[in-house]
Amino acid sequence: MSPYRTIIGLEVHVQLLTRTKLFCGCSTKFGLPPNSATCPVCAGLPGALPVMNRMAFELALKAAMALNCQIASLTKWDRKNYFYPDLPKNYQISQYDLPFSKAGWLQIECPGGAKKIGIIRAHLEEDAGKMLHDEQGGGRDSLVDLNRTGVPLLEIVSQPDLRAPEEAKAYLEEMRLLLREIEVSDCEMQEGSLRCDANVNIHIPISPSPVASSFSREPTASADRIQPHGTPSALAAGSRLNVESTGAEGETFAATPIVEIKNLNSFRGVERALKYEAERQFQEYQQKLGSVWNVDPRSARNFAGSTVIPVQEKRNGSLVMVAKATAGWNEKRGVTEIQRRKEEAADYRYFPEPDLVPILIDSLMLEKARAGLGELPAAQRNRLQTEYGLSPYDASVLSSQGRAVVAYFEQTAGLSGDPKETSNWISNEVLQTLNDRKQQIREFAIPPASLAGLIQEVKSSGLNKQRAREVFAEMANSDATVKAALAKLGYQVVSDESQLREIVRRAVAANPKAVADFKKGKVKAADAIKGAVMRETKGMANTELVQRLLAEELDAV
Amino acid sequence: MALPLEHVRWVAHLARLDLTPAELEAMARDLGAIIEYVNQLQALHTDGVEPLAHALDLQNVFRADELAPSLTVDAALANAPARRGDFYAVPAVLD
Ligand SMILES: [Zn+2]
Repeated sequence: MSPYRTIIGLEVHVQLLTRTKLFCGCSTKFGLPPNSATCPVCAGLPGALPVMNRMAFELALKAAMALNCQIASLTKWDRKNYFYPDLPKNYQISQYDLPFSKAGWLQIECPGGAKKIGIIRAHLEEDAGKMLHDEQGGGRDSLVDLNRTGVPLLEIVSQPDLRAPEEAKAYLEEMRLLLREIEVSDCEMQEGSLRCDANVNIHIPISPSPVASSFSREPTASADRIQPHGTPSALAAGSRLNVESTGAEGETFAATPIVEIKNLNSFRGVERALKYEAERQFQEYQQKLGSVWNVDPRSARNFAGSTVIPVQEKRNGSLVMVAKATAGWNEKRGVTEIQRRKEEAADYRYFPEPDLVPILIDSLMLEKARAGLGELPAAQRNRLQTEYGLSPYDASVLSSQGRAVVAYFEQTAGLSGDPKETSNWISNEVLQTLNDRKQQIREFAIPPASLAGLIQEVKSSGLNKQRAREVFAEMANSDATVKAALAKLGYQVVSDESQLREIVRRAVAANPKAVADFKKGKVKAADAIKGAVMRETKGMANTELVQRLLAEELDAV
Repeated sequence: MALPLEHVRWVAHLARLDLTPAELEAMARDLGAIIEYVNQLQALHTDGVEPLAHALDLQNVFRADELAPSLTVDAALANAPARRGDFYAVPAVLD
């Protein structure tokens, strides 16, 4: 058991799937030549005026609804002022005190069950340009490409509800799945259309509580268990309740200073960086406690039902809070590198953007956004379990592949009459084939009816798994039906009872040791005899029939 | 009433203004007067008055998500203080 608990909050930026930028008609396409998609609005030229992209706002609204957020009836835009060459206006148009949405949640699947991660807010803002360091120029210059300035971003800030690096990864995967399914963003990390910063610190149990009993991975309250979708109680439950379950009541913890990790460019990287950083903080805590750091009960505060005391630093004879730090993730070395402590709070001097008028969100806009959502992944996983009897794992494998694969499953399951087998075939052979061929399900050679035919054939004729896979491969290669594939491969399942019984008898007679073992109660010994039958029939014996005949013949010995 | 000098210095720093000591003094006086003037608004009773998000009585101004021509690279970079290839060149920024 870990000697501390990890507290993680994520800030995710996703690029909305628009053709044009947030405030002008320049293209948002990835990979255009540098500075070829800019205009006076992008470059912040005097007199240029921004106009809101309707599609961007509608997509943002859809995302916020899918994240169970409360939608504001009035929202406005603000200027966030800072000087940096990637944003020539010297301010970023963002949302400050009246974001269009807040207080939502995203349900993720954890080893201990489903868990709701609170969303503090989701707001719209514009992206900044890209800075490159000039290698040729002897390091004198930085180069600026303004193609990305003004690209619409949705910033989604989670509550510090994530309790392990694995949960952070699961949150990001669920976020990506959700936003792709509702066609809000393609969430391509390599292309910068999904970016993630992580805030992390650790809570170390301190006396009088013994370390071992301080916290448990098992949730104690029912609040973070699945609740019905969209109900007011589920909305209200949000994050506040589910956090309480992670710390036992009355527990006291020391908290390390929060570190914000930037530059996380893969989900795997997020998980690794958080693991590394939590452990680094624990070592720093052990080194500094008592010498540089102090834990003073007078600065105790409440964190989700437990008492948390942030460490303080001894400086000039008095105790001061340790400022939040920024760190970069060095993928190559596998370490986080602390860049600076933010001694003073950033001063962005937000003020209302006079060039954009507010937006009143009426019921018509809400209805339109809701209508565009369709079935969301969490609800879909739930339905696959209740309607088709799939296990939570099978349901989530199918769901994670997107709606088209789920639709393929539902059609096939309907025709085959065996959802479990259908799910097995799709999760293994179908997905493997698609992966090998870099294909989408809509390009797949075997239509649902044919796959259902194969599943039924296996059931009725007792075709064994290995042979069935060969038939599957033949169908995938030549668009053949089950019958045609069987004929082409020359597979004729032996289902003639008298013929099979003869083969089974011979196999029993030829394997006296296996028979003796079986009689002593080693049930597995029968497999050797079954194997002999399969060899004899080149794998074409009806497996169910062999099973029955073998049982009868063994009984008769 | 003049604004404290360290406030003015901080705001000047945020706005990237390099003020001489004399300018700083003058600015502190002027800003103080402006704030005092604006502070008179505090005397108004605003109970029951909806906050105003914008000076114009106008909402929901949108444009369609349709491409419009961008500037050519040369036109975009025409006003750049320095250009390298198809990029703006700025003094090295190391983060
Ligand atoms: Zn533009």
